[in-house]
Amino acid sequence: MSNPILSTHNLVKAFGALTATDDVSIDLFPGEIHALIGPNGAGKSTLIAQICGGLTPDSGRVVLQGRDVTQDSTAARARAGLGRTFQISALAMEDTVLENALLGALGASHRPWRFWRKALSDKALCERALSALERVGLADDKDRRTSELSHGQRRQLEVAVALTLEPRAFLMPEPMAGLGTGGSQRLIGFLDGLRGEAPILLVEHDMDAVFALADRISVLASGQVIATGTVDEIRRDPAVREAYLGEDA
Amino acid sequence: MSLILIAEQVLNGLQFGVMLFLMAAGLTLIFGVMGLINLAHGSLYMVGAFAAAAVAGATGSFLLALAAALAAAALAGVLIEILVIRRLYRAAHLDQVLATFALILIFSEGTRWVFGSFPLFLDVPDALSGPITLPGGIQYPVYRLTLIGIGLAVALGLWWLTARTRIGIQIRAGENDREMIAALGVDISRLYTIVFALGAALAGLAGALVGAIQSVQVGMGEPVLILAFVVIVIGGIGSIKGAFIGALLVGLTDTLGGIFLPELFKLFMPADAASQTGSALASMAIYILMSLVLIWRPSGLFGARA
Amino acid sequence: MIGERSITLVVLGLLLAVVAWALVVDEPFTITLATRAAILALAAVGLNIALGIGGMVSLGHAVFFGLGGYAMGILAYHAQSFSALDLGLVSVAGTKSMPVIWLVALGVSALAALLIGLLSLRTSGVYFIMITLAFGQMFYYFAISWSAYGGEDGLSIYVRNGFPGLNTLVPIQFFGICFALLCAALFLNARLRASPFGLALNAARQVPARIETVGLTPFRLKLVAFVISGAITGLAGALFADLNRFVSPTMFSWQLSGELIVLIVIGGVGRLIGPVIGACLFVALEHWLGGLTEFWHVYLGAILLGIVLFARGGIVGLLTGREGPHV
Repeated sequence: MSNPILSTHNLVKAFGALTATDDVSIDLFPGEIHALIGPNGAGKSTLIAQICGGLTPDSGRVVLQGRDVTQDSTAARARAGLGRTFQISALAMEDTVLENALLGALGASHRPWRFWRKALSDKALCERALSALERVGLADDKDRRTSELSHGQRRQLEVAVALTLEPRAFLMPEPMAGLGTGGSQRLIGFLDGLRGEAPILLVEHDMDAVFALADRISVLASGQVIATGTVDEIRRDPAVREAYLGEDA
Repeated sequence: MSLILIAEQVLNGLQFGVMLFLMAAGLTLIFGVMGLINLAHGSLYMVGAFAAAAVAGATGSFLLALAAALAAAALAGVLIEILVIRRLYRAAHLDQVLATFALILIFSEGTRWVFGSFPLFLDVPDALSGPITLPGGIQYPVYRLTLIGIGLAVALGLWWLTARTRIGIQIRAGENDREMIAALGVDISRLYTIVFALGAALAGLAGALVGAIQSVQVGMGEPVLILAFVVIVIGGIGSIKGAFIGALLVGLTDTLGGIFLPELFKLFMPADAASQTGSALASMAIYILMSLVLIWRPSGLFGARA
Repeated sequence: MIGERSITLVVLGLLLAVVAWALVVDEPFTITLATRAAILALAAVGLNIALGIGGMVSLGHAVFFGLGGYAMGILAYHAQSFSALDLGLVSVAGTKSMPVIWLVALGVSALAALLIGLLSLRTSGVYFIMITLAFGQMFYYFAISWSAYGGEDGLSIYVRNGFPGLNTLVPIQFFGICFALLCAALFLNARLRASPFGLALNAARQVPARIETVGLTPFRLKLVAFVISGAITGLAGALFADLNRFVSPTMFSWQLSGELIVLIVIGGVGRLIGPVIGACLFVALEHWLGGLTEFWHVYLGAILLGIVLFARGGIVGLLTGREGPHV
């Protein structure tokens, strides 16, 4: 068994009397899609924030590619290879599709400190951005203003920006949010092929997507991981049924 | 440098501080509850001073003048809240800055048009004029002592208001979650107008009280407004306690800095240069204090941690 | 509607046309007004880098304007009085050479912007506004109390400073210098905006959360932008002091800081030529309306309210029909 690319070790985060993250340890191995599911209020968002760098845990560690990044900033973790999408699209609405994709390329190249030449003239940057756009199917829309894109197209752009970073691991909170059946199917197909490049830690409510994509599932409830296993194992687990799947099972 | 002089300056610092508190408390409440930065607060200060001066000049009664100040400032506050301010609650900070800056222009020129460019005079009431002898042999103006008293009374009153009344609870809840209290049936519109009017009245009161010891003129409010901002940065946005502590700190630093810094420099500089350097540095003292607080606690002493 | 590039060229052309007309009919005062507009435009172009691209609402840019002015004032004063400027460790002779003065103005303003930025950019939007206002006041009161250079009364410089090869006393020649610098700043602004740095900064204004997750640090981007912005406004300050041959603490005033923002908003925030349109309109209004009534600020206030409530994109926004950058 190879080493995990991303892992958390005994993460704890409390807000006053509320323990949002209660001794959570999860792994993400190369080549896999690991889905994180759980009812509302389970603490998924808090956990994501601690992995990405927006929130510092009270105790425990976050390890990326063997390096302890618990005290690192969000930007440092991104530079170390953590890519993410946002549940509510975080895109520069005034800019074009290409300009948004260039952002990721800029970050990956560590080169924002250039003030003279046009960003759009930078061949290396543009190639990286364009190939990501092509992969998600937005290359033809590269000069459109992001505010004019449909919701589904913005989700595609979200993924593209993460791609330009060429990360070692992906963190994707609810990428299916707001997509119709067609959009979801396309995205599921896309993510399926993506796992070979870099593993994905996927947080989702959409069970079709989870069952279609996940190699492993971890179930979070009241801040704790109550079960980890394959799709079948989780389906059969009575504790999970009780906590979450309930009527759906 | 006698102890008496120091004691006097401490009292002056306190007096300056509590008057700043009146401004800062209103500003920080308005920001805390409504999320609005209000540059026109200085204009409300000025309106209070002018109203007081006009009424005192006409009736000779300081009490009536104060009442006029409170009423005029509160009225002006309600007026601009309804006409302009309420369109800004959800607006970007730049919009709030621009709109309230526009109000400054309108108020200042409007006042100049009505009252002319020369300062008005507001006299300290006879009953409060003259000095009083305090323990230790300190002679201190009764009026200034009264200001300290009024300031402390207002602080107490605000504490009682926020901690013990229904409006206070609504204010504190509103500071935490605006949408929630609307959902709970609180009349947001009315609450906001009341908070704004309260802040305006406090500013007007400060303007009238200070107007008696300084001059009443157009433009008197903005320097005080900016000092109130310094107080809020030091104390932390949204915190009345922070505004109180911050205001006292600023008042004392400014006053005591003014006498101690030149003396400090006289220890190793010729007297002339020492006075120069000392008073120049004294004029910057509170901003240096603000910078130090920023280095140590970017959200202020009692502000919410980012 | 009309494209932004056309508007830019037309505006610059109009300004030149007005000056050319004034030259032909021998109206030197109009040239002086145009120079004043060009200098204020330059100051606003500087601020627009921080405000329009970076989203930093700086209500204290007068700090840099004043520092530039006093850099000129102090250096020229020592030159005209044949005294040396004692900086503690070294003693420097004054100078009346514009290029040297400009370099000093740029340097001092940049340094001040670095320090102020380091202190204030760690805080959120509203704190930043209050802190920048406060620093403006600090310099204002300091300048008043520093009587060596005039204190409240300010400092007069008898003769305009010199530029190699030109007679700067001639209005049209001084206008030419200011206009050239304005165009240079506009060109720099345009390049900056299109560069990788500009792309990142502009995105940091719109969606700061995203910026960090691609490995960039908003704080550093904003700090650099703030320094560049302050330096350009400082240069404008030096020119302004030269235009009036006078520098005083009012160059640090909050009113000036506010006016600089107003200039930008009238023209259009974040638009390249916005500051120039705003400055020209402002100077024109000041001269024309100010001649009609001494209470013209009321009308300015009303116009400003109108823009904020109804025409948020300023004049460029109205002309192009497209929404500009949202700050």
